Amino acid sequence: MANKILVVLEQRDNQLKKITHEVAKVGSDLANKLTCEVEAVVVGGDVNPLNKVGGFGVKKVTLIKNEELSNYSPSAYTKIISDFADEIGADILIFGNTAIGKDLAPRVSVKLDAGIAMDCVELNFSDGEIIATRPVYAGKALVDIKINSDKKVFVLRPNVFNPGESTESEAEVVLKAIDAPDLSTKVVEVKKSEGKLDVAEASIIVSGGRGMKEAENFKLVEELAEVLGAAVGASRAVVDAGWRPHAEQVGQTGKVVSPNLYVALGISGAIQHLAGMRSSKYIVAINKDVDAPIFQVADYGITGDVFEVVPALIEELKK
Amino acid sequence: MKIAVCVSHVPDTATKIKIAENGKTIDSNDVTYVINPYDEFAVEEALKTKEKVGGEVVVISLGGEANKESIRKALAMGADSGVLLKDEDERDSSSLAFALADEIKAQGAELVFFGKQAVDFDNSVTGQITAELLGFNCVSVAVAFNIEGDKVIAEREIEGGKEVIETKIPAVITAQKGLNEPRYASLKGIMAAKRKIIEEKNAISSPNKTEVVQMKKPHGKQAGKILGSDASAVPELVRLLKEEAKVI
Ligand SMILES: Cc1cc2nc3c(=O)[nH]c(=O)nc-3n(C[C@H](O)[C@H](O)[C@H](O)COP(=O)(O)OP(=O)(O)OC[C@H]3O[C@@H](n4cnc5c(N)ncnc54)[C@H](O)[C@@H]3O)c2cc1C
Ligand SMILES: Nc1ncnc2c1ncn2[C@@H]1O[C@H](COP(=O)(O)O)[C@@H](O)[C@H]1O
Repeated sequence: MANKILVVLEQRDNQLKKITHEVAKVGSDLANKLTCEVEAVVVGGDVNPLNKVGGFGVKKVTLIKNEELSNYSPSAYTKIISDFADEIGADILIFGNTAIGKDLAPRVSVKLDAGIAMDCVELNFSDGEIIATRPVYAGKALVDIKINSDKKVFVLRPNVFNPGESTESEAEVVLKAIDAPDLSTKVVEVKKSEGKLDVAEASIIVSGGRGMKEAENFKLVEELAEVLGAAVGASRAVVDAGWRPHAEQVGQTGKVVSPNLYVALGISGAIQHLAGMRSSKYIVAINKDVDAPIFQVADYGITGDVFEVVPALIEELKK
Repeated sequence: MKIAVCVSHVPDTATKIKIAENGKTIDSNDVTYVINPYDEFAVEEALKTKEKVGGEVVVISLGGEANKESIRKALAMGADSGVLLKDEDERDSSSLAFALADEIKAQGAELVFFGKQAVDFDNSVTGQITAELLGFNCVSVAVAFNIEGDKVIAEREIEGGKEVIETKIPAVITAQKGLNEPRYASLKGIMAAKRKIIEEKNAISSPNKTEVVQMKKPHGKQAGKILGSDASAVPELVRLLKEEAKVI
């Protein structure tokens, strides 16, 4: 049986990320089911506000603080989180499956001699054991896995677990300063893509495919994204053609996303593209080919010409 | 410098997945296996690094006899030698990494390239776990890599940008698309690969920490409504998004 759950929060620029709510909520729900304790930890500089995490059920959060840790450091974070988990006697750790989580969680799992389940989309119970469900083969199948080691690490796919509304509860915040972290691997610079919303973090995505005909026409995709407050995504065909950067590619060799709404414009829906977006909550497809496979996963479809339908859609949304 | 590359042998990404009778693995009949796409970037980066700093590139793969095909592919691209760590059993990432780390140590490699993810179980952890087991530094999901002496500068992809990372060898790098353009194996390379040695060893055993209880098909998404074939369907689409889906 579990003794204590540790939820590992994530910050960038000393701001907590949205995934924080999801991991906190899953951690506290799990603690209720297992009748064990739960607390949270975050590594960074002046991370603020932290008491709000209480709204998602976690009553105590420790900030392990050092100005040099505002940026991620694989070596330092691995040691700090593993030591902290040992110190408080945590035997279940929960991370988000983000750029940091994917790097950090496996390394912490080694230090703790824990089994790890990456990219979980469900956590269920069977005979008192936690069963994690995760997509494999690019989402073409799912596996239920069980971790048999005493310590367990679960890494949650972002935007899948619903954190619900925050309550008024506030968490107790504990400060722990540390000096001389192990910076043998450290981030010396963060290059941000100009003010753009990343597909991996957006709750709405508007993606364009080869049906947009040329790079220039992505203006239409960008315009629709703007009225929806969405990120712009792309199929591999248009990334390979050099119309859009790879960071925007959705799919098996791009990013795996699960936004609330995914709008596919002139995308056929090849299996490798579906791999990256089929877990979106709602999918809209606009494609002039009635037989395009994208319609098999779309909730709403229009079998028309993007150059006619998209401008009308932008007009309608602006109303 | 001794450089190692770990490659996995995986179903082609266009494969239709059928679940085997045991309900825990895929049915591998009629499945075409290829070198993991990300591992081609890893091989390319290893070769480029060898061209820059000199040394030798050894390709390591754990699995059955068939994995030799992926090793050969890397040898044809220009790697010097190969090692097949023989094991037919299902391994989880910890157990896999344990055996790979053992071999990397035996090879005396100081720089090791992995793919960022094997497109079978999509775990994206083997490089990081192996690095931690070896006590090597690690940069995962690299889109740029540079080595000067023992200093490594790499860039890794993150949400909304890139992180520039500085570290030192010994190091593990996991390759993301964009790191380079993998070269094609030339006819000469393919011929030469036939003469290169693939050493076979039994992979050292290590217990699994996780277990697959069952493999299942995703709850098939129902094809939805086609609302029309031109702009006249737009108002209905917007209404549904607002009132039924409530996503805008
Ligand atoms: C190893 C591997 C990995 C891959 N990884 C990815 C990946 O990560 N992401 C990815 O997206 N792909 C990936 N692919 C590629 C994938 O197989 C497809 O080739 C690609 O997704 C096709 O992109 P597309 O839909 O934009 O283009 P197409 O398949 O050419 O489709 C264009 C669509 O636009 C429609 N269209 C044309 N004109 C109009 C118009 N005026 N109005 C409306 N509709 C129009 C057409 O009917 C067609 O359906 C991968 C392939 C391999 C082999
Ligand atoms: N059986 C294997 N043999 C050698 N290397 C492997 C094997 N499986 C995975 N790898 C390496 O580990 C990387 C990440 O795999 P994974 O963690 O399974 O997604 C792959 O891109 C390969 O470089």
